[in-house]
Amino acid sequence: MLSFILKRTGLALLVAFTVSFISFSLLFMSGDPAAALAGETASGEDIEAIRRIYGFDRPMLVQYGEWLFSALRGDFGESYYFKLPVAGLIAERLQVTMTLGVCGITFALLTAVPLGVAAAIRPNSIIDRAALFLSVAGQAMPSFWFGLILIVVFAIQLGMLPPSGADSWRHFILPTIVLGYYAMPAIMRLTRAGMLDTLNSDYIRTARAKGAGEGRVLFKHALRNAIIPVVSLAAVQMGFMLGGSIVVESVFALHGAGYLAWESIARNDLPTVQALILVFSMFYIVFTLLADVLNAWLDPRMRSA
Amino acid sequence: MKKLLRTTALAALAAGPAIADKADDTLAVAFTKELENVDSYFNSSREGVVLQRAVWDGLIYRDPETNEYVGNLATDWEWIDDTTLEFTLREDVTFHNGEPFTADDVVYTVNFVADEANGVKTQRNVNWMDSAEKVDDYTVRIKLKDKFPAAIEFFSGPVSMYPDEYYAEAGPSGMGLKPVGTGPYKVVDVTPGQRFVLEKYEDYHDSPKGQAQITNIDIRTIPDVNTQMAELFSGSLDFIWQVPADQAEKLAAMDRFTVVNASTMRVGYIQMDAAGRSGEDNPFTNKLVREAVNHAINRQELVDALLQGESAVIDTACFPSQFGCVQDVKSYEYDPEKARELLAEAGYPDGFSTEFYAYRDRPYAEAIVSYLNAIGIQTDFKMLQYSALRELNMDGVVPISFQTWGSYSINDASAMVSQYFKHGSLDSARDDQVLEWLNVADSSTDSDERIEYYTMALQRIADEAYWAPMFSYNTNYVFSREVEYQPTPDEVLRFVDMSWK
Repeated sequence: MLSFILKRTGLALLVAFTVSFISFSLLFMSGDPAAALAGETASGEDIEAIRRIYGFDRPMLVQYGEWLFSALRGDFGESYYFKLPVAGLIAERLQVTMTLGVCGITFALLTAVPLGVAAAIRPNSIIDRAALFLSVAGQAMPSFWFGLILIVVFAIQLGMLPPSGADSWRHFILPTIVLGYYAMPAIMRLTRAGMLDTLNSDYIRTARAKGAGEGRVLFKHALRNAIIPVVSLAAVQMGFMLGGSIVVESVFALHGAGYLAWESIARNDLPTVQALILVFSMFYIVFTLLADVLNAWLDPRMRSA
Repeated sequence: MKKLLRTTALAALAAGPAIADKADDTLAVAFTKELENVDSYFNSSREGVVLQRAVWDGLIYRDPETNEYVGNLATDWEWIDDTTLEFTLREDVTFHNGEPFTADDVVYTVNFVADEANGVKTQRNVNWMDSAEKVDDYTVRIKLKDKFPAAIEFFSGPVSMYPDEYYAEAGPSGMGLKPVGTGPYKVVDVTPGQRFVLEKYEDYHDSPKGQAQITNIDIRTIPDVNTQMAELFSGSLDFIWQVPADQAEKLAAMDRFTVVNASTMRVGYIQMDAAGRSGEDNPFTNKLVREAVNHAINRQELVDALLQGESAVIDTACFPSQFGCVQDVKSYEYDPEKARELLAEAGYPDGFSTEFYAYRDRPYAEAIVSYLNAIGIQTDFKMLQYSALRELNMDGVVPISFQTWGSYSINDASAMVSQYFKHGSLDSARDDQVLEWLNVADSSTDSDERIEYYTMALQRIADEAYWAPMFSYNTNYVFSREVEYQPTPDEVLRFVDMSWK
């Protein structure tokens, strides 16, 4: 198990390095940070001055090397836009995104897995149809629209929850529902399909024939196997939520890392984007790694894979 | 179960909208954009200008109504020679941290921002200053690099005074997190990009800005306009601005809010490559083609149908309130027939195809394009990010584009016409005659002479149809009925002028 984890970690670091280099090159080619930095009111001459002062006129490899050297020492530089250390800026925004991501995936799993199991136990029943309806609706409904509907109902009409901001746990309820609901359909369908497959397999029939109770059959034998692909999916979804919660963060004015990434790209704020890409890719890598480990624990055959 | 219900009900009651209203003397305001840094020399956004005017003061103050200059941190000023200004400073001013305001602060601020190595983002606001020296504790001389009469306007606008000891220690990052100024409001809390809490400065000097009337201003960044409106409805916001025309119209129909539309200094225009930088054979090097473009667009219709509010058709390459922005220039009425004739005369009886670029306000740009199509100019429409279009413009590869310019709220024609017609990298006309006249207008200390030369330059720009000036922009302010405020035409939100009814 240890060598499995070490091998995967080494691979993960290589991936992170590659991602950082590719993203730096792409950002370098994508536009002029000096123009974005100087703002709309700047003249060509002002932009030239900014380019010179901030060193954007140097070759890409020199700039990347400098960035990498500092990053390895834990220094991600200063945001061009905020003129503040990137590390502190990201740490602050990540708190919001992590809270939202963890709450979102928990909400998704807590609703999707029981629904998926219930739907699989009674295919084509009312529960199954209701679950299908919920999942189709979840996928079809744009997050910003769903978010606004929740704001109108719960914040304006009922006055129960704050419409936006991140000052207390109550501020996270509506965004969690929106984000979680977005991740829920895929998990629900995968759970349902996995359960259906397993429930029809020979070993379940054997277990039942041996007189095992229905609860034991469902949760000990079937769910343990059916959940394996769900773990991998949830890990990917979690990574996606951290980077991709832009819309939710924007609607609820949460100022998380996703929104920061989106805005920083538009502002050509290279140090911030670079650091965020690294952080997000590390998240994907870590979650995938965790999923692999968890799967290896659930299904020992995977350890040799 | 009963207990659960009771807890839920209590939580629901406690969770009402955040208190921000007349009762606790807190005005809740929303910004749409994340402000980069409160230090006004290190941000280039409108929101930055708003905070700058609240937190800091300039040496001079321009009355937004009369456009007259009066002393603010300075009581008096005079030109010692063409490039030296001497200021006599007020003696009763203290910064928010208690530091007294003296000549040392002016000297430090000017020398810091004028030094290019310190990386001030808005270079054009400061790069005309050379240095400052102290004459005595309350007298200071500022040397300019060259003749620059608009200096007075800049000293009344973007050039604000910082505390020398504090700034030397804190630097731009520190100033961004804990701003210290002399202005009517002090900053009590900053969450970078997200929240700024201001509090009335009780020891504010006897400034022409007046004393703040509302004690607390709580500004939050809420990117989504719909969310802003929801907060306005729920009562957790009192003031929003830059509200799209259609939304403002709906809000105006309700009794709960005051909706005020005001002009801004932003001007929309079509820039054409008259200098042939994108190729000598490019049609826009032909004056007849440029005239055709000017005649092709029904600007009044655009203003009436799309921009609405206080927007107006513009004929000159500047904003009308700016000093030197004369209106006595050739104007081109909407006449598509004449436009077609001009195109035919220019050798394009069947029109031609061109790339057309824009970076904002897609609906306006698309409407303009449809007018051009109607006279036979077929366009390959390209909508780009602002910085990307800027780069192409600087490289001189853009034949025609829809652009806008806000002059950074500088009420002087040099902030617009001189920005684009003095052979800089964004000058698509490169007319030596215009350059010569603008050089005189920008550097003369005689107001009449300045106006005379701006007039000549602006008339020539219109005669040669280098641009097709389009319209001025407007913005909608929406606020609670409890709030009293009259917006000014320069799009600077002035908290100091706001009060409760």
